[in-house]
Amino acid sequence: MSNAPAIVAAQEPIRRTPVALLELMRGHRRVMASFVLVALLFLVAILSPVISPHDPLGVSPDNSYLPPLTPGHVLGTDELGRDLLSRILWGSRVSLPVAFVAVAVGLFGGGLIGLVSGYAGGIADLLLMRLVDALLAFPGLILAIAVVAALGPGLRNAMIAIGIVAVPVYARLVRAVVLQLKQMEFIVATRSLGATPLRLVLRHLIPNLLNPIIVQVSLSAGFAILAEATLSFLGLGAQLPTPDWGQMINSGASFLNNDPWLAIVPGAAISITVYSFNLLGDSLRDALDPRLRS
Amino acid sequence: MAFAHLLEVDDIHSHLTVKDGTVSAVNGVSFTVDAGETLGIVGESGSGKSMTALSIMRLLPRSGSIVRGKVTFKGRVLTELSEEEMESIRGTEIAMIFQDPMTSLNPVYRTGWQVGEPLRIHRHVDTRTSIKAAVDLFKKVGIPDASKRVGEFPHMFSGGMRQRAMIAMGLSTSPSLLIADEPTTALDVTIQAQILELLRTLNRDYGTATILITHNLGVVAGMCDRVIVMYAGRVVEQGRTEDVFARPEHPYTWSLLRSIPRLDADEHEPLKPIDGSPPDMIRLPTGCKFTPRCPFAIARCAKEEPELLAVRDQLSRCWVTQGGVTLDGADLG
Amino acid sequence: MTAYVLRRLLLMLPVAFLVTVGVFLLIHLSPGDPALIILGEDRSPQAIAQIHQELGLDKPLYVQYVIWLGHIGHGDWGRSITTHQPVATAITERLPATFELGLTALLWSLLVAIPLGTIAAVRRGSVADQVATGITVAGVSIPNFFIGIVLIFLLSVSLRMFPFGGYVPFLQDPLESLRHVALPAIALGTAGAAINMRFTRSSMIEVLNHDYIRTARAKGASWRRVVFVHALKNALIPVVTIIGLQIGGIIEGAVVTETVFTWPGVGRLAVESIFNRDYTVVQGIVLLAAFSYMVANLLVDLAYAWLDPRISYA
Repeated sequence: MSNAPAIVAAQEPIRRTPVALLELMRGHRRVMASFVLVALLFLVAILSPVISPHDPLGVSPDNSYLPPLTPGHVLGTDELGRDLLSRILWGSRVSLPVAFVAVAVGLFGGGLIGLVSGYAGGIADLLLMRLVDALLAFPGLILAIAVVAALGPGLRNAMIAIGIVAVPVYARLVRAVVLQLKQMEFIVATRSLGATPLRLVLRHLIPNLLNPIIVQVSLSAGFAILAEATLSFLGLGAQLPTPDWGQMINSGASFLNNDPWLAIVPGAAISITVYSFNLLGDSLRDALDPRLRS
Repeated sequence: MAFAHLLEVDDIHSHLTVKDGTVSAVNGVSFTVDAGETLGIVGESGSGKSMTALSIMRLLPRSGSIVRGKVTFKGRVLTELSEEEMESIRGTEIAMIFQDPMTSLNPVYRTGWQVGEPLRIHRHVDTRTSIKAAVDLFKKVGIPDASKRVGEFPHMFSGGMRQRAMIAMGLSTSPSLLIADEPTTALDVTIQAQILELLRTLNRDYGTATILITHNLGVVAGMCDRVIVMYAGRVVEQGRTEDVFARPEHPYTWSLLRSIPRLDADEHEPLKPIDGSPPDMIRLPTGCKFTPRCPFAIARCAKEEPELLAVRDQLSRCWVTQGGVTLDGADLG
Repeated sequence: MTAYVLRRLLLMLPVAFLVTVGVFLLIHLSPGDPALIILGEDRSPQAIAQIHQELGLDKPLYVQYVIWLGHIGHGDWGRSITTHQPVATAITERLPATFELGLTALLWSLLVAIPLGTIAAVRRGSVADQVATGITVAGVSIPNFFIGIVLIFLLSVSLRMFPFGGYVPFLQDPLESLRHVALPAIALGTAGAAINMRFTRSSMIEVLNHDYIRTARAKGASWRRVVFVHALKNALIPVVTIIGLQIGGIIEGAVVTETVFTWPGVGRLAVESIFNRDYTVVQGIVLLAAFSYMVANLLVDLAYAWLDPRISYA
């Protein structure tokens, strides 16, 4: 990724349009499989109000601790008699939007820093990059916990915290691409012809950024879901009674002796979701890496 | 010696799997090397000369394999040996040195450690003894300050010194055959001459038979008893160096000879680069593979591939010279 | 080498400054007045003002920062708002447990990762390699607290092979200590094992393509010797980077695992302190985590220069 654009002949102002998704999926079975998985997850999140058999918050003390495969409660019920399947389905409506917002925070915050840093250079670059270094000096989860500690526990603050953790990655990624582009002759040429910075960004920067960003977004979505689950597990994210996977593991862990599925089912849900996003990012990186493509 | 030849390569075919299919990198190559002799293998990059050497060593890359043919060394059929048996021959009986001395030494081990390694592997000597031996070897190949330099890492050596270290490594077990794959290509011209001189001295003093692989005919002229010219994975001409140089019997050799600058040449006679580009190994032409670039080609050349047959004092794979025509560039200008 | 070390230290200064500012601001951005936490329900304006004065909260922010930094530099990390214990003491008391957990986890991850990564690289493209690659992605996808819970359920609750929770200091009873640390270490080390294996694999594949590997083969070295003597030392150079960062990140990893296993380490202290709104303790732990991470980064760079003879210190 780092040295590929430099090889491109300078007189050729190619806009590296992202490789068509369909074409990618045809050539790479792992991309196809992981894309289908991720699409299914989104489908579940969208349809969960329709497909959930019960109200995820519907307490029913008479039906508590039903084991999985009980008629009417495929995955059983929790200590308050709430249907586990419904809570898992609704849980995707917490995890996926959180990941979405957190990645957006990281992408826009980091993207802006990287753009200004790479484009302006000089003292602005120096200062912004030290800021990024300082963010990177904190281990990711510690940073997220610190931010949540400062802002107070809760889903919204967890999203912000996870987004801030993702900022440095995007800042560095965007800055590197901007710096590479600045050195390419066709950019110098278009600038001398009077192209405005905005036009440069729209026509050249964004197309060149798309492939690495797509890979990074998939990977940081996986990270964001994992981080959200972790914060919620610790009690710093989603608060009761939100049907959140991490939170469900936390409360389920108290019943491991007799009702282990209360923790294992949401754990499996998180693992599958994060795995799907990581697999997507991983296979896209392999498929889009020009060094590996040959 | 109880064997007819030290090394006998018999109709070797080696394939390489590449993105677009299979390349027949070595196609029916046969030759022999006698004890103490120096054989040159000449050709452009991609002509299969390195692949031939790696086939002898059984060190083809992962994507490559020997599909047919036989290599016999001192009466043992190398192509039928187990991997373990082959390991006992590599580095003891047959040593090989490579083109780029900058990358051929392990960066994280001291040079003396690396040069003495064949002794530790094959002669089971301890590290101290092997490094002592490395000091002697360094002296032999002309590395000054040997006892200090065995303790240095490869990055502290110049290119020429590294190639000397590689040669020292090859000689550590006094092999009967040394394969040198473009040993001077990556070096400065003055260093090239020194390394070639070193190889020549070692060949004379220790009687190590040498296969010298090069794309430089000038190197062959000064070094080799016999020469093989390869093109597109095939041997196109083979003979004693003086015969081949005096009167090439294959148009490719003829063109190669005309492309080297000569001090004694008539200054009005311009250098003639070979027309056309090296063949596409995936889509080789039918008939003689050199036809598209050949100034002497006749109709038959594009249809049928000639055999490697005796033409006067050497072997040539060419319909024209096999038909009795003499290659003479005068009227082709 | 000295010049190189100095230059790296100099580069660290602005970052260290920003980190301390960030950690300092943490307490001031947090909702709620520390005085109210300290005083509880019994609050009079005078009492609040007095606490403010005692804590220096009435001074301008930058003055507070300079005073705070001076204290930190002298080892005075403040006192816990809830227990009134010095923060430095509270943390150091808990560090041995965290280190034992973190280092055991790291050891476990390397024992798994380096052999498997090497095998995957040598047999790349094989079924074994593909399975290994699949497991690596899974290893980083499963939350370590979930692995912990599954391990507790299987090995502690169901099979009763390992005790649940409870920390026994290593020096007190090494064997018992290892029995107790085993489950949390496996839970914590699994994600690291996946990352390390992936790293070992790709690094090994790159190294095996180098010319000097062919040279070693041409010497008659066996595949085993080529892989373990010639390739591994080169391949492990980048792996050392990751290991160093993982050592620096021990506190981070400990947060969740210690909570799951009720392990009396720094990580659990951090979570407890957040719930108690004990910001001075949180602040201390965040600062320690950031600084150990930065120092680890520095040491990794230095180790790199030392391990790879090609890197000049200029």
